[in-house]
Parts: sequence; structure tokens; C-alpha cells
Amino acid sequence: MALSRARQSYDGVVLAVPVTVPYQRFSIETAHWWMGKALRALAEGAGISHRDFDGFSVASFTMGPDVAVGLTQHFGLSPRHIDHVPMGGAAGIVSLRRAARAVQAGDADIVACVAADTNRVDSFRHLLAGFSRFSQDAVYPYGAGGANGSFALIARAYMDRYGAKREDFGKLCVAQRDNALKNPNALMKKPLTLEQYMSARPIAEPFHLFDCVMPCAGAEAFLVMREETAVSLGLPFVRLLSAIERHNAFAEDPVQVRGGWVVDRDELYGMAGSAPDDMDFVQTYDDYAVISMMQFEDLGFCAKGEGPDFVRHHTFTIDGSFPHNTSGGQLSVGQAGAAGGHLGLTEAMRQLLGTADGRQVEDAKLGLVSGFGMINYDRGLASAAAILARAS
Amino acid sequence: MTGPFLKPKRKNPLARTTQPLLPPQARSRKAHGLTLAAATGRFVLQCCGECGRYTYPAREACPNCLSSDLTFRDAPTGGSLLSETQIEVTSDPYFREHMPWRTGLVQLDCGPIVIVHLHGGCGGPGSQLKLSLQLDRAGQAVFFAKPVLEVPHMEDDPQWREMTADPRHRRVLITDGRSPLALPMAQALKKAGAARIFVGVADRWKPLDQQALLAAIEGVEFVDLDLTSERSVQELAMDIGAKVEILVNTADHVRPAHLFDAGAANAAREAMDHTVMGLMRLAQAFGPVMRSRGADGAAGAVAWVNVLSVHGLSNVPQFGVHSAAHAACLSLSQWLRTELRPGGIRVINAFTGPLDTEWFQTVPPPKVAPKAVADAVLDGLKRGLEDIYVGDVAKDIEARLFDNPKAVEREAGQ
Repeated sequence: MALSRARQSYDGVVLAVPVTVPYQRFSIETAHWWMGKALRALAEGAGISHRDFDGFSVASFTMGPDVAVGLTQHFGLSPRHIDHVPMGGAAGIVSLRRAARAVQAGDADIVACVAADTNRVDSFRHLLAGFSRFSQDAVYPYGAGGANGSFALIARAYMDRYGAKREDFGKLCVAQRDNALKNPNALMKKPLTLEQYMSARPIAEPFHLFDCVMPCAGAEAFLVMREETAVSLGLPFVRLLSAIERHNAFAEDPVQVRGGWVVDRDELYGMAGSAPDDMDFVQTYDDYAVISMMQFEDLGFCAKGEGPDFVRHHTFTIDGSFPHNTSGGQLSVGQAGAAGGHLGLTEAMRQLLGTADGRQVEDAKLGLVSGFGMINYDRGLASAAAILARAS
Repeated sequence: MTGPFLKPKRKNPLARTTQPLLPPQARSRKAHGLTLAAATGRFVLQCCGECGRYTYPAREACPNCLSSDLTFRDAPTGGSLLSETQIEVTSDPYFREHMPWRTGLVQLDCGPIVIVHLHGGCGGPGSQLKLSLQLDRAGQAVFFAKPVLEVPHMEDDPQWREMTADPRHRRVLITDGRSPLALPMAQALKKAGAARIFVGVADRWKPLDQQALLAAIEGVEFVDLDLTSERSVQELAMDIGAKVEILVNTADHVRPAHLFDAGAANAAREAMDHTVMGLMRLAQAFGPVMRSRGADGAAGAVAWVNVLSVHGLSNVPQFGVHSAAHAACLSLSQWLRTELRPGGIRVINAFTGPLDTEWFQTVPPPKVAPKAVADAVLDGLKRGLEDIYVGDVAKDIEARLFDNPKAVEREAGQ
């Protein structure tokens, strides 16, 4: 097979107007309602009409039976670039990558990337039961533990192999709660101590209550455009330096101990002209702390198996040695379905725009965001990452 | 580790009966390749006809070579445990009532990675395991992993008991005490720990060959039951219907008649009345109450067994009427299976070749000893099977039907 050619740079691609529609634990509204709120906030933030968005990219688990094109009529859009990215935790970065190429090529000028999900009282159970064919056939009938049950198997294997302890996961969860207390949009409002973490009720060993995200309703959104568009609209922006995605990597690993980032991380840093140490903050996809730990390894912040040690030697609060999930992450903000994959992006944008208010990382110039998603059977299949930079 | 399954306490008659719930039932059509195997106690996986690799979960194309030639083939049952968890919280109503639930991730010796129900006696990660395909309470195939070596009270594991219909501490009705199957069946059930064995007898004033031997079994109780009488069946159900956790229908009626004989239709009608209509009357009287008691404690209602002639699957002229009657019984049993599924009640069909009894006197061997049928039914209950083939003749016909049903038809009577 011919070697793939070097990828073109993302020069001139920028992100603007990070939007978070404040989450609710349960909502009587549909995903469409949340999307509408997000689109409106994008238009208001950009100072233009939503009809001026000529690109629309959507991620949602609960927008059925609609598809993306149907939503254009729902919201009065008339885009020339349209995308539906049903990739859960990787959806944000995958949306961004596709939107970036669209605006670079001139297929679109302004792409609205929107992720929204509702959470009705019983909708999460239905989502779990029908998540995928493999899940329906070969996972859900085995105790119906949902993602907790599946990731518990991954976490236990990781702990056995690399010596991670519950306390290590707890350290990340406690730091994120600390960050979340500075985020008015976070659903978790109470401080969390390591003692509380350790003594919480078991959910699926080794997971206890505070290892698990809280499903909720909410929306995250941002705009992707060329730099000159942002300048002409007078919008503050951040730059996209590089982005990768990879699906179903390392299929031969019996249990998942690494994600697809490993395959592409040299390119990630190469395109950005930076190294892991240059990052002023990192937003990992934290459906579980063990997955964040895997990302520290696979994105090159430490070697494989050194995740537990890395956690023991760093602090992860906003003012810590390794500012991580500065919004509080899904663990403390809540997991609004597919919006969970966009949470890291909007937070990174705020950090680089200098609008993160009480949780601003001092002088943040460069940040890494990663996404992970779709536990189709026994492992998460989709991994993605992006490096964003302050405008100047 | 698993403790012994002790006799459940007598139920408080004022307490509400827990309603049966089922584990998640949705499956792709392809996944029912596993159901076919689980029903007969086989262990299969999809295997690629081109590259020879086993694959799981059920797919439409081989992930190694993209061949669509994926057939379910017998596979080695060994594997090693990669990881495990104990699920404590679920949003599924069935599992919620059975928490905590132990599951594991297993690497099979033949390659694929499988999520399994994990027996309580299994060691932690790294342990060697022996897998089987089981039918869960919803009648759907699932993988179950047990330790390779026997551990104490292996059959009493609560998760395993959900996959089986173990007679221990359960009450059983044998519908026809005059059947040569009744005595060995009662003996086998007693040995397996059945709490009580009701034996139905029609016309009790007539002598019953095995009365003394049956009566000698502790827990046996004779009850009036004439399957040709709707009233008799209904009256018994009113009396003991709510005490029957396993029903074993041993009713049969074998009378030779040629298709062209004058009066053959009468012989057929009589056979149908004893077998098909008998089964229907039983279903009407005992079906609803058994279905409602599928979650009535740890020894609630669990199984309905029909002993059927394997010739019900393909007619043999020597026993044409008998074959036809049992074909109808088989069809009715499939209906019953669907109706009892919401209660988590298994309908088990034990297909047997000619029994070694007076009505099959003219048939040359091999014939099936009644005790062999009883042993096979007990094995099926304890392993949670759905289709059991007893004896060499039945196994031969099963294999031939699977291979070419037309050949079985053409060779019938030769």
C-alpha cells in the first residue's frame, strides 16, 4: 500500500464563540430544544443570524428519528456543508476536523458545530439497551451494567497490569470536583474529599459512585471558520494547530489498555510544532478516570504503564502542576450525552480566549483536548485529539 | 464461593408474589445461531469458512478476510479470565432484582474475547474457565463460565440457577402415572432433591402396576388426573396448580393403525385426545399459574417438560397416528413456549425413539429404556436445555433431519 502523504496544515482555521447551554439532570424537553438554544447562543455570540451559518455539524444520541438534514428545516438553516457525527466522546474533535477542512476548502464559511442531548427520566436505560448491535447481542444481556460494567472490566485489567489504585483515580476525581466548584455550569456543587470518594457505594467493582458520570441534558457548541471571517466579524478566536482521529486501533489487544492516540500522536505534535510539555492545560475525555490516565500515557505525557505514577507526582487543579479538565470535566459537570465530547473543546476555547473567569489557567497559550468514545462491544473504538492555541 | 442452596422458607401466604421479569431479550437474527446451540447444550461460535478463524460477537462478515462464509461451528470451551466485575447497579428491572451480578471478560482458547456470566466459584483474573452456552430466563443464548474443576455446591450458584431448571426443593407434577416413564422419572426427581412429586393417575380404581414402588418414594403423592377430561384437569389445577414448579407431561397413547384402515380416523382422534388435547387442557389449567409464579422465590415455577416421540419430527408409517399426534404436540409446545416465556418458564421437549415397552414390542432395537428418558430429562433440567434427544434412534434422526429432512422422509419405513 502506498504511504499516505503528509497532511496539510490547518493554517487559518479558527474556532470562535464557545457555547454551553447550562445542564439539567433531567429535562422534559427534546434534544431539538437544546440544539435550538445552542444555535441561538452561537448566532447571538457571533452577532449574525443563524441563517448565515452555511455549515452545520450535529452530534446527538437522542435526536431520533430526525437526521441532520431534517434539522435544517427544524431550525431554518440552509447550509451547504452538513454533517452528523454520531461518535459520542470523539464527536467534538471529529466535527471540528471535518468543519476545518470545509472552511479551508471554501465549501463553507461558518460551520456551527452543535452537540445536544436530552435526558428524560427513563431515556438512559433505552439508550443503553439499544446502543449497538454488538452491545445488544453480547454485552447488555450480561447484567445490564451499561458503560459502568464495561469500563469496570477495562479498569480492573489496567489496575492489575499497571498497579493503579483506586486512590489514584480518586485523586483525579477530587481535583476535578475542585475545578468544578469554580464552574457555575457544573451540576456538582459540593466539594468531594478522597475519603468520600473511597467510601462511596460500589457501582461495578472497581467503580464506586464518584467514578461514574451523571447522565444529564445539555448542549455544547462552537463555530469553525477561517481567520479572515472571524476578523471581519470582529470575533475573538483560537487557532486549530493540529487534530487526529483513529478508530478501532489495536483490535488485537485482548483488553483495552491503550487507545488510537498512540498511532497518531507524533503527527499531532508534529503538525502543531510542539511537545507534550508545552501544553498549558489538558482536557481529557473523562468518562472514567482510568481513561484519563490512559490518555496521559497515550498522548505522551508519560510512558505506558506510568499513568499511576504520573498521577501521584502531579496536581490536577487549575493552579496545579498539570491543569486538567479545568471545567470539572464530565465527572463533575455532568455527561450531556454527545455533548460530553464537546465539553473539553468549549472549555479549552475559554481558557485560550481568557474568558474562563474564576477557573482561568494563568497565561494559557496552548492546550490539548482529547476525545474518546463508542464502547461498541468490549472497548472504546474512537479516539481523537486536537491542539488549540491562543490567537496571538 | 457458592454456599448450598437451602430449602426456601415457607412463603407467607399474605405476601405479594413477585412478578416475573426477563433479562434483555433483543438479539440480532444472526445471534440466534447461538440460541440453536444453547437449546441442545452445544457450544458453537461463528467460524470463517475461508480463513478458519473463530469470531464473536455474531457478524455478517469475517473481520479478518471479509468472507461472508461464517457458519456456527463447534468450538473448544476453554478460556482464561482477563478481567471481572461485580455489577451492583443497573437500570434493567430483571437484573436489579438479582444484584450483585458477576460478569467477566474471557479470552477463549480459540481466539475471541467474550463477555460472560461468571460462576461464583471462579477464581480471579488469570483463572482457567470452562464455558457453556445457556438459555437465560428470556430464552436467549448467553455465555456462562464455570471453574474447570468442580467446586462445592457448583449447581447452587444463584446465577447458574437462573440458567437452569434444577428440581432441588421444587415440586413436580408427573401427569401420567400409568406411563412406564413415571417410576424412573419420580426416582430421578427424588434423587435430584425435588421437594414433592405429584403423580397424576386416571381412573384410580383400576390397578396401577407401579403403585407400590411409586408410593415408596418419599414425597410422592397420587392425585386424580384424567387428561381426556377438562374438568379433571381443571380441578387438579385448582387444588395444586400453585404448587407445581416443574410439570412433566408423560402422557402418550400408542395404538397401531394403518392410514387406509376403516376406523383409522377414530384411532387418530383418540390418540389426539390423549396427547394433543391433553396437552392443551394441561396448558390451559396449569399454564397461567405457572407463568405467574416464575419469580416466586428462589424455587419458583421454572419448567414444563413434554416427552415427545422423535417421529413427531418426521412421520414413520409403522406409527403413523402416533407420529401425527406428536407432530401436533410439538407445534402446540412451541405455542406454549411463547406463552410461558413472559414468566421465564422453560418449555423443554424430550424427543425419544421407541421406548422399550409393550406398545413398541414389534420394533427392533435399539429401543430406549424408560430410565434413560428420565435421566435425560433430569440432565436437561439441570443444564437448562430446551431440546433433548434421548437414545440412539432419536439422535440419529436429529442428525439426519439437520442434514437432509427429505432423505429422512424417503427412508421412513424402510
